[in-house]
Amino acid sequence: MATPVMDKAEATAKTDASPYITVTFRIRRFNPEVSEHAVWEDFPVEIDPKERVLDGLHKIKWDVDGTLTFRRSCAHGICGSDAMRINGKNRLACKTLIKDINPEKPITVEAIKGLTVLKDLVVDMEPFFQAYRDVMPFLVTKGNEPTRERLQSAEDRERFDDTTKCILCAACTSSCPVFWNDGQYFGPAAIVNAHRFIFDSRDDAGEQRLEILNDKDGVWRCRTTFNCTDACPRGIEVTKAIQEVKRALITRRF
Amino acid sequence: MKIHKYDTVIVGAGGAGMRAAIEATKRSRTAVLTKLYPTRSHTGAAQGGMAAALANVEEDNWEWHTFDTVKGGDYLVDQDAAEILAKEAIDAVLDLEKMGLPFNRTPNGTIDQRRFGGHSRNHGEAPVRRSCYAADRTGHMILQTLYQNCVKEGVEFFNEFYVLDQLITEVDGVRKSAGVVAYELATGEIHIFQAKAVIYASGGTGKFFKVTSNAHTLTGDGQAACYRRGLPLEDMEFFQFHPTGIWRMGILLTEGARGEGGILRNKDGERFMEKYAPVMKDLASRDVVSRSIYTEIREGRGCGPEGDHVFLDLTHLPPEQLDAKLPDITEFARTYLGIEPYTDPIPIQPTAHYAMGGIPTNVQGEVLADNTTVVPGLYAAGEVACVSVHGANRLGTNSLLDINVFGRRSGIAAAEYAATADFVELPEDPASLVVEMVEGLRAATGSERVSELRRELQETMDANVMVFRTEQTIKTAVEKIAELRERYKNVSVQDKGKRFNTDLLEAVELGNLLELAEVMAVSALARKESRGGHYREDYPNRDDVNFMRHTMAYREVGDDGSETVRLDYKPVVQTRYQPMERKY
Ligand SMILES: Cc1cc2nc3c(=O)[nH]c(=O)nc-3n(C[C@H](O)[C@H](O)[C@H](O)COP(=O)(O)OP(=O)(O)OC[C@H]3O[C@@H](n4cnc5c(N)ncnc54)[C@H](O)[C@@H]3O)c2cc1C
Ligand code: SF4
Ligand code: FES
Repeated sequence: MATPVMDKAEATAKTDASPYITVTFRIRRFNPEVSEHAVWEDFPVEIDPKERVLDGLHKIKWDVDGTLTFRRSCAHGICGSDAMRINGKNRLACKTLIKDINPEKPITVEAIKGLTVLKDLVVDMEPFFQAYRDVMPFLVTKGNEPTRERLQSAEDRERFDDTTKCILCAACTSSCPVFWNDGQYFGPAAIVNAHRFIFDSRDDAGEQRLEILNDKDGVWRCRTTFNCTDACPRGIEVTKAIQEVKRALITRRF
Repeated sequence: MKIHKYDTVIVGAGGAGMRAAIEATKRSRTAVLTKLYPTRSHTGAAQGGMAAALANVEEDNWEWHTFDTVKGGDYLVDQDAAEILAKEAIDAVLDLEKMGLPFNRTPNGTIDQRRFGGHSRNHGEAPVRRSCYAADRTGHMILQTLYQNCVKEGVEFFNEFYVLDQLITEVDGVRKSAGVVAYELATGEIHIFQAKAVIYASGGTGKFFKVTSNAHTLTGDGQAACYRRGLPLEDMEFFQFHPTGIWRMGILLTEGARGEGGILRNKDGERFMEKYAPVMKDLASRDVVSRSIYTEIREGRGCGPEGDHVFLDLTHLPPEQLDAKLPDITEFARTYLGIEPYTDPIPIQPTAHYAMGGIPTNVQGEVLADNTTVVPGLYAAGEVACVSVHGANRLGTNSLLDINVFGRRSGIAAAEYAATADFVELPEDPASLVVEMVEGLRAATGSERVSELRRELQETMDANVMVFRTEQTIKTAVEKIAELRERYKNVSVQDKGKRFNTDLLEAVELGNLLELAEVMAVSALARKESRGGHYREDYPNRDDVNFMRHTMAYREVGDDGSETVRLDYKPVVQTRYQPMERKY
């Protein structure tokens, strides 16, 4: 193989030298210890446009205003801590680069919708996790355990691959208009996680999970608006998964 | 202040904590305290795989795995523990499969396996396929599967509870664990958890480095809580620098990328690992590859205008293979670097990755108060602990294994102990240390800022105690850390509130990092040899005569309140393998 390296190196380095720019972060602040009202607050931040929105939030918290509060951990899109509404769309702050969201205009950042805001960008995640727990998100098997592993063909494994990627960030559920109007709706994330087991060839509780989702707050509430699929930072085809669950409910085949 | 009583309390809900919780909950009344929601734990970041000699795709056995672990750890591994790790690996993987983990499959439907650094056939003959994996998100699948099974078992979690102190009471001359003190993020309230058994599973401490694959929250809280109460920390000088972090960001690109055939190249396009490790090449042990990369960079063969990185080249691999086996890491390259790995090589540099050292335990997970005495009721497992199965350098895929094998063992051992033991009386005024810490920070008006001190700490650690160390650089770090610890006394926070005060907790976490950084640097200064992840340019050889022993660091407080690190040493357990020179 030829050496693919030299000129690429320079290309990377050149863009890397790009100057810092000033970006306005417009953040929805709320702290009931201080006031019952939420307010928008602007913070100018010096930042390399190739940095993440999370880097901008850290700059504010670390250098300007330590009271700014948000959750985060891994900083590269795998822990699901930092879903927020950025310029009106649900995204992970650590997976959104400044340059990709038009830094010319103020970047608005607010808590995800449909869950109670507790402080700044932090929401109460309990109802979200409760819906997840309600769909029996674990493998259920009947009969004797084999001594070695259960066999599963690569094809059967592939069947539910997409929905195993979920990091429970709530970006989908909190972008769903049905969920905003009625917090009782299970929401896309719970259905995605039910899908992950319903279509696992090793599982024996598909019928039970389908019954749970056949409820008045179950899959039938979905209006196929695709907000969830657009919001998912893991690229999961959320709406498709919901459709597959609906179809399984009708045909009872999965 | 609230007081709770549980048989078993587990600190941390990563892989180790949840594996322990599944066992402990079946056997005792158990609470899991975790500063993150369980599924946010950094186990979810692990990519490459979990080692076990299943022999699903080629001949393999646990004895070869044991040997590789011992050799990979540069013979500082306790061989009895390594043997348990390798033997129980097989059931650990099968248990996860039965719990529902969606491993990649072979054409026969069995669990597929791939190559990983340092894992070999027949004592180093050739690479072997031992890593069980689920694409490049094995850790994610382990974390999800364990959480799912915790839901199934009804494990009781206290989410966003930060454990800040370990309670110890002396009973008839024996120091026993009495429980822990936790701070509730949502309310600022302090909780005492009285428990018969406590298991630390609070993960690593990588955030004292700047370029690291570790999460912001990996601040060594568990290590610090035990150390402050006079318990030792073992082998803290041994930290692993993973060869392939994304340049400047540190985000990990799994070794599985090289397992799939990826190649490291310098600015001339040369596959330089052939020079340093003729047999294992790009899949030599991590410390070897990281040093080779820096040698290339130092000798002027690094890439880019500053010559400060090398390339991970995947361009010769078919796109279908990248999509099927390495979807996440190729996406990282696209998202964070704007690079297309099908056609362009990825700029990488070594990244601070894994703490081999930690709270010393025996193979049941019982914490040691010195070289031999256990602390009744106290356990540790996972990255926070040092069993020691990783010695001076951990092999890839052995940590996901460690958290499952020793998480399970400690969960069983702790619950069985709790079934026979009584509650130990709480010390007088049990919350005092945490109240002092938290209220002190809230009230402080000093001029130092947490973010500035942390930045300086991270810079000094990267510059002085990373891949290459000398007496001079380590001393520089020791002095700088002492200065930072002095300045830390003058630190204040802006958020004085009770509710979700992450400003305050970042200050507490920095205190832990500073304490542990000092232990690491002092331990490194005294180890005048090179072994595994600890490489001293002024002592480039391994010295088995003087240093075939574990470091045990203790906190000493003088009459004037001054703090020092006292070092002692513990023998290495050697059973069947005699130390040999390590070649790959
Ligand atoms: C990017 C990356 C890739 C990796 N890839 C691999 C791999 O392919 N194979 C492999 O074998 N190993 C790999 N490793 C290493 C391995 O993933 C980790 O060592 C292992 O997952 C650690 O698990 P743990 O349970 O000990 O800790 P963690 O998963 O880090 O969990 C720590 C837990 O402790 C809690 N906690 C921390 N402090 C407190 C506190 N004060 N109070 C209460 N709770 C607290 C946290 O909330 C969290 O739940 C990788 C590591 C990284 C960073
Ligand atoms: S489906 Fe996607 S958006 Fe929804 S919780 Fe899972 S990862 Fe987040
Ligand atoms: S911080 Fe983990 S997903 Fe963003």
